[in-house]
Amino acid sequence: MCLAIPAQVTEIDAAGRGKIDYLGTKVKVDFSLLENVRPGDWVIVHAGFAITRLDEEEARETLNLLREIVEAQGE
Amino acid sequence: MAAGEKRISLELGSGGKLMRDFIARHIVPAFRNPFLDDLGDASHLPLGIAFTTDSYVVDPIFFPGGDIGTLAVNGTVNDLVVSGASPQYISLAVILEEGLPWPDLEKILKSIKRAASKADVLVACGDTKVVRRGQADKIYINTSGVGLTIAKPRTSLVRPGDRVILTGTLGEHSLAVMLAREEFGIEARVRSDCAPLNYLLPIWEMGALWMRDITRGGLATILSELAEKIPHALLIEEEKIPLSPAVQGASELLGIDPLYLACEGRAVIVAPRRKAAAILKKIRESPLGRRAAIIGQVDDRTGRPGELLLSTMTGGLRLLEPLTSELLPRIC
Amino acid sequence: MPGPMKELRDGSVTRALLGRIKGKTSRLDRPVRIMEVCGTHTMTIHRYGLKIQLEEAGVDMVSGPGCPVCITPNEVHEACLDLVTQRENFILASFGDMTRVPTRKGSLQTAVPARSSLIRIVYSPEEALALALAHPDKEVVFFGAGFETTIPAIAVTVRRAAREGVANFSTLTAMWLIPPALRAILLAGETVISGFLYPGHVSAIIGLEPYRFIAEEFGVAGAVAGFEPNDILLGISAVLDQITEGRPGVKLEYGRVVNPCGNPLARAVMEEMLEPRDAFWRGLGRIPRSGLALKEAYRAYDARAKHGLRVDEGSGDLPGCRCGEVLRGLISPPQCPLFGKRCGPDSPFGPCMVSFEGACFIHHKYNRRKRSG
Repeated sequence: MCLAIPAQVTEIDAAGRGKIDYLGTKVKVDFSLLENVRPGDWVIVHAGFAITRLDEEEARETLNLLREIVEAQGE
Repeated sequence: MAAGEKRISLELGSGGKLMRDFIARHIVPAFRNPFLDDLGDASHLPLGIAFTTDSYVVDPIFFPGGDIGTLAVNGTVNDLVVSGASPQYISLAVILEEGLPWPDLEKILKSIKRAASKADVLVACGDTKVVRRGQADKIYINTSGVGLTIAKPRTSLVRPGDRVILTGTLGEHSLAVMLAREEFGIEARVRSDCAPLNYLLPIWEMGALWMRDITRGGLATILSELAEKIPHALLIEEEKIPLSPAVQGASELLGIDPLYLACEGRAVIVAPRRKAAAILKKIRESPLGRRAAIIGQVDDRTGRPGELLLSTMTGGLRLLEPLTSELLPRIC
Repeated sequence: MPGPMKELRDGSVTRALLGRIKGKTSRLDRPVRIMEVCGTHTMTIHRYGLKIQLEEAGVDMVSGPGCPVCITPNEVHEACLDLVTQRENFILASFGDMTRVPTRKGSLQTAVPARSSLIRIVYSPEEALALALAHPDKEVVFFGAGFETTIPAIAVTVRRAAREGVANFSTLTAMWLIPPALRAILLAGETVISGFLYPGHVSAIIGLEPYRFIAEEFGVAGAVAGFEPNDILLGISAVLDQITEGRPGVKLEYGRVVNPCGNPLARAVMEEMLEPRDAFWRGLGRIPRSGLALKEAYRAYDARAKHGLRVDEGSGDLPGCRCGEVLRGLISPPQCPLFGKRCGPDSPFGPCMVSFEGACFIHHKYNRRKRSG
């Protein structure tokens, strides 16, 4: 029920509509549920709408955490 | 409509289990003979030739990478190749809807000529019909093909340890047609992989045991059916399956599993363990086989006979079942 | 950055996390049963083979009611069917998996539309509105089913239709709220749940506060998790920590996507356009204020009002169907007597087998059957 993917904004118009790019595939997306969206921003897209932003700092922290866990388990 | 009267529904043509069951239970029994009972892609006749037929009703008729004409030739050619026959001649029957623009027909005929030339087959006979507007969807094509038998698939010789080879990336045809048909508001650089598989003919002599082109139902359905036929399990590895970024991206966006997407120019092959490396090398010599890879093997330890298992990229194990009905994009 | 973030699917990370989880469960004196609420979590768990790996690590995962196809009553599906099979010049637009639900009148997938009517599968409510604009001669009805992740999108689309005065567009809504359903499950007290894995994208809209009562009133642990396999394991690990320490809470393990306050703008649109209703959930029954519907001001865009649809949401379940118990986490799919026999993916009896995110469908399709011995 929560199928949504992280993607990068490529364009946005005054009406709050635009496109995102996901692995080279471009999709029309509505950005009405977010404020101050700019091309280059990372957002989460569900059912053709951007529902929230991707926090890059938090993402980095998660990835670092996962790497640490692997090291700690002696993998 | 009388209450309880059975009618044909669309899913019976979807290529999944429902369709196979329908054919096995309602169509084949009407003709019961040893050629049909096998339900192979082509039938080897006691004349040294193999014979096959297919109808093409794709919508839309033009899509990136091909059109209904390209499909009509390659689909039939490929059925012969994977059955162990060298394609020679095809028939071409077209049913045209009143109102179809001439330039569209010309374009399709040109595609057919080009495809036939590439696949080294001649259009030896044909037929043309025109029906009233609304009684066909632009154009339907049937092609029958005749080839010279050079080998016969032998699933009875398949042993644990034998390798499963995939000739290229999955799903491009399906996705190209789906995106061209639906208005999902998605643009992806996907072109149909529609192509002739003649380049695989030499591997029959090199010892290939079984081949199938990956059409409706996708890789998972095809291999699932194979697993049921041989008395062993099949184990394939997710990480080894080649996927283009476009297919990966679009299928994740739409919630579709690429393992169930049809191709029109890809095959899966079972090669004896000791011959697999040489066969793979041969396949890769062709530009169409550049991304060919060994994706798994016949296995008796991990699975039970008849099971198709996927070793996931996170080290888990998953059972792959055949497609039951039409693939729908998932949203929730 | 972020790029593909492959660590989230990396096998060595998975192994390490499972190792941690096993360490934690082995130190507990009672079995651990975690309910993943969201159908997409169920999907991921099975699709990567995690279900069995988690069992081996001491965690029993049980599926919850977060599958809109599963919990939307048959009567709503039947109303859609009636609309498109009996009325001409209608376009019924729906998300794909909603079309497979078998009702007493068949499914949308196998339905034969009335003359000049169509069924179209859409990926976004916006597409349905675009259909209305492209076909002014047709009446477009969008089957708007979903949870809090999808509800704002539907609301924005209706708002746009209203602002632009699109007269031939309306939506048949089936909008569901997660926290009331979880309360109902806990109140029923039918099954012992040690903790919840909360839905990551629903949480991106509603934030963490709506789950607080689960920790405070019921003392049940929970964590919000993302949807990659290693996200799920991080979430489960966090739930185990709460259980071990005896401190149930609402831990956020999906911070890159979820803001603890959720999405206020999305909630504002929902408040503007929608009002709560007591909704009937298949399998769970009537739950107070567990659904949403369009406000009076937007009745013109509410298909039930506009087209005079009577939807008596009772129980149109086919007799013998045990989906309700599956949705409440009481039985696992193989425990249903119909599973794999009378009910399978080719001939689903109930919604849990129909939906690609139904627990029964997923179990049947993906689950590596355990070998004996």
